[in-house]
Amino acid sequence: MALSKEQIAKRIAKEIKNGYYVNLGIGIPTLVANFVRDDIDVDFQSENGILGMGPFPYEGEEDPDLINAGKQTITTLPGASFFDSAMSFSMIRGQHVDLTILGAMEVSHNGDIANWKIPGKMVKGMGGAMDLVASADNIIVAMMHTNKAGESKLLKECSLPLTGVNCVKKIITNLAVFEVQNNTFKLLERAPGITIEEIKDATEGNLTVEGEIPEMLL
Amino acid sequence: MINKTVSNVQEACLGVKDGMTFMLGGFGLSGIPENSIAELVRLNVKNVTCISNNAGVDDFGLGLLLQKNQIKKMISSYVGENAEFERQMLSGELQVDLIPQGTLAQRCLAAQSGIPAFYTPAGYGTEVTKGKETREFHGKWHVLEKAFKADFAFVKAWKGDVAGNLIFNGSARNFNPNMCGAAKITVAEVEELLPVGVLDPNQIHIPGIFVQRIFQGDKYEKRIEQLTVRKRD
Repeated sequence: MALSKEQIAKRIAKEIKNGYYVNLGIGIPTLVANFVRDDIDVDFQSENGILGMGPFPYEGEEDPDLINAGKQTITTLPGASFFDSAMSFSMIRGQHVDLTILGAMEVSHNGDIANWKIPGKMVKGMGGAMDLVASADNIIVAMMHTNKAGESKLLKECSLPLTGVNCVKKIITNLAVFEVQNNTFKLLERAPGITIEEIKDATEGNLTVEGEIPEMLL
Repeated sequence: MINKTVSNVQEACLGVKDGMTFMLGGFGLSGIPENSIAELVRLNVKNVTCISNNAGVDDFGLGLLLQKNQIKKMISSYVGENAEFERQMLSGELQVDLIPQGTLAQRCLAAQSGIPAFYTPAGYGTEVTKGKETREFHGKWHVLEKAFKADFAFVKAWKGDVAGNLIFNGSARNFNPNMCGAAKITVAEVEELLPVGVLDPNQIHIPGIFVQRIFQGDKYEKRIEQLTVRKRD
């Protein structure tokens, strides 16, 4: 079975290690916070100026001066800090943030990513995504393997305007986990019950399959 | 002590003219200079360029200036959530420069701090940095970005004193401190304006030297864009 969005988030949460500062993008990445192990210390950074972001507030405790990058009301955890936007991006560009998890419309097998614009249809802007992908050493893309029309989002070359070049290191989709290396999507894990054939059929870019490919542990 | 107080928003906005470039603080609707925006709407200044991370929503924030076709050009990083904005952009009435959020913040900071330009890796190899100077540092490509030039910066703080010292609250801080002193005239509006000596100098986020005019806003709606709550167990 292909994974649900929650299951993708659950698998990604396993990539988060003790002591990490993590920036979560909008969409599936936001769900990752719900699945981080209780026994490790992790701080979530919000690009609008929060380190140590907590869960959504209880009803009636929301504060218009306390929102996340998706403009949702949020809370802070003990040890949190606030800062201005320039400092926030010093954390990001200065590689002080250990892990960036973001969504994508397309990814290519050389690590390019497109996630901010569909010409003529959707032009909302890149927000902090271009700064994040240009700077982070450790970028994981969380996305569905195919678009609504059933076409592969793992391509030889992105067709949409790029957000960044040669930057994506790892991709976790509803079908599989890949590492991007040497112009290929290297298959690391399969979703439970998904065959290598199914993954091949859904992947347009170069795919490398070496040896036995284990199923993901969720 | 140099007194930066003006008596009201009308006085704060004196000198605002058609065709000027404004910086406006805020992220979404959080930390926006509500009272200054209302005055810009009342003054009906036209053909203005606005540097602001977002463009408000249809009936609040910069959306109010868009409704009256006052904005010629927006320089922002994210402009979703605004149907009128989208209409004006697609029809060509409104020019839009979308730039990376960190670059937007740093271009404000550069203007504040007298740095004419800087290199950043953000946007390298994408359409938003086409035609810009590039240079390789430590094996990685960067793009030359320039400091903004603006006539007015409108910022919103939580508390301030008559010397122009500012303290921000929560994530409503965002771009506001970076825009202080980044334009010819910085107008700060605050929820609470205090006499000097009340605020602890250790706690000041922006020293008054970066602020030319300060006033206490008449009222703050502080609208929430995406109310998201969890249930009590």
